[in-house]
Amino acid sequence: MLTILDPTDERVPIERRITPRTGRISGVIGLLDIRKPRGDVLLDELAAILAERAPDVEVRRYQKPTFAKPCPDELRGRIRDECSAVIEALAD
Amino acid sequence: MTSSPPALSLNGLDGQGFALPSGRQTLVCFVKEDCKTCNLVAPLVEAFHRRLGDSADIRLISQDSDGGLAFRERHDLSVPVLSDAGCRTSMAWGFEIVPAAFLLDESGAILNRFEGFVKEEWRVMDAQLQPKGAGQTPDIDWTSYPDWRPGCGSKHLDPDMNDRLQAEAEGSPLRARKINIGQSDDISEFMFDQGFSDGLPLVPPTPERVLRMLRGAGRDSQEIIAVVPPNMAPATVEKIAINAVMAGCRPDYLPVVIAALEAVCTDAFNMHGVTATTMGASPVLVVNGPVRHRLGMNMQLSALGPDNRANATIGRALRLIIRNVGGARPGGVDRSTLGSPMKITMCFAEWEERSPWAPLHVERGYRPDESVVTAFAMTSGPVQIVDQESRAPDQIAGSLGLGLEGVFLPKMRRMHTDALLVVCPEHVATLTSQGDYSKERLRARIQEVTRRPLREMLADDRSGAGLSAAAAARLSPAQLDETVSKFAGPSNIHLCVAGSTAGKFSAAFHGWVTGAMGSTAVSRRIETL
Repeated sequence: MLTILDPTDERVPIERRITPRTGRISGVIGLLDIRKPRGDVLLDELAAILAERAPDVEVRRYQKPTFAKPCPDELRGRIRDECSAVIEALAD
Repeated sequence: MTSSPPALSLNGLDGQGFALPSGRQTLVCFVKEDCKTCNLVAPLVEAFHRRLGDSADIRLISQDSDGGLAFRERHDLSVPVLSDAGCRTSMAWGFEIVPAAFLLDESGAILNRFEGFVKEEWRVMDAQLQPKGAGQTPDIDWTSYPDWRPGCGSKHLDPDMNDRLQAEAEGSPLRARKINIGQSDDISEFMFDQGFSDGLPLVPPTPERVLRMLRGAGRDSQEIIAVVPPNMAPATVEKIAINAVMAGCRPDYLPVVIAALEAVCTDAFNMHGVTATTMGASPVLVVNGPVRHRLGMNMQLSALGPDNRANATIGRALRLIIRNVGGARPGGVDRSTLGSPMKITMCFAEWEERSPWAPLHVERGYRPDESVVTAFAMTSGPVQIVDQESRAPDQIAGSLGLGLEGVFLPKMRRMHTDALLVVCPEHVATLTSQGDYSKERLRARIQEVTRRPLREMLADDRSGAGLSAAAAARLSPAQLDETVSKFAGPSNIHLCVAGSTAGKFSAAFHGWVTGAMGSTAVSRRIETL
């Protein structure tokens, strides 16, 4: 990670660009469990709902090795290559 | 168990200061406006204050930027509200949650401290805050209070504020907000996305680079150098250094950038107007004195052009400060119809050693051994003035005058507009080929050769600009035949020398509105190390 210093008068919060939302569910949806307790329970429920309401969607499951560290680049790259969108179960 | 708290000395909304120890029993309670639990305890603190009057010091300490004004009005408080908007006292007192209440004895030692709201704790405090000799004062309906409410994170722990407070506590010269950029992000693209750029790539202002840059000026990083239009934002040496890093400056350029910013952020230069005008004015910086050589500035071949780091990045740093600190953005306050490449950067040095005249800064009242930057507000330039034939001094001076006819429009005359004429060495040689040719004589010659009858300024079918028919009707034929010069006075013509020894090509920068209605050139001494 690189740190830079803000060149502005700091009256505007820093905004980070996020990928445009698709607004629909299609293609391959990744479900990422970061290994926080019961994250898998939430994702199981989501997978069931997706299977019921969006049967054409393929769901793939992913797990981070540990919630305590950032997602490894290899896993991040795999999700990017394999999925159209990802749902990440954060926190407890 | 008692302990002594850190120092406390704050000002209140009523203008009254308060410091510990006060010599009386004291309750201080830190609060912030958007915390529900702080709002819950406000009436309790008010009740303690009303009950005890002057026999104890009850104070609320607001972390809000308005000093607690909104909080006081919401609860109709008579208890004094002190401001800790910068959160320095909160940081020193070391709590994490607000409300944070501290009960102190007469010597200033802490008897009790609570964070958040636990009814039993506050009831204990209620009992401790009773007037001497009286029974329990039933002024609080405790049944209406919940048993427990969590507080909110204290404002001094907000990441933006905490970084700054930590830096301050550690004595670091870096107080600017830190921006972390992920490994997978492209730093260059990130800075473009944030709108930090003038359109060109930027050098990432890492803390290490900014620290190195700050060493170039040797000044307090938090010294405010100028208030920058259009947002009237304070520019500290640190903010200037950050933008200088991004522009590509070397640390030893920083004093020039500081002086340039001081010059343009004056009422006389009027950076707001220069930024806002649809005509598209830009600061043009001329550097004089010993610093030119120390920084390796270009004043000779291609002086007004590319490839010299100091010339290019000093001008660019100024622009980045105006847009990033001052908030000047095209489409915002910057309303220039066409803009100008000079808005990106326009800075050069005078070749004093090749000039037959006193250098620009000496003419403007400085000593020759002082380093000085002069800022001009210019709308066009550099416009080449080509004369390869003239061999007599008055001829070349005449050509330089004719070359200035185009300022605004050739038919416009008697203009309260400055021009900055950069005379090339070969033209200087011709001017002085028969002896001295003073600046005064050159200015007079320019005014002489540009004289035209006033009637040539009339609006007509060829060009509707100029004197209107109605204005002309008020003038006699003799008055219309009177000749007028291009410039309102010789002082509108500024002169300096630069360029290579080969080539009979001088250049002019054309000004904007000169004077109180527009901009006046401003010089500032460069405080080099």
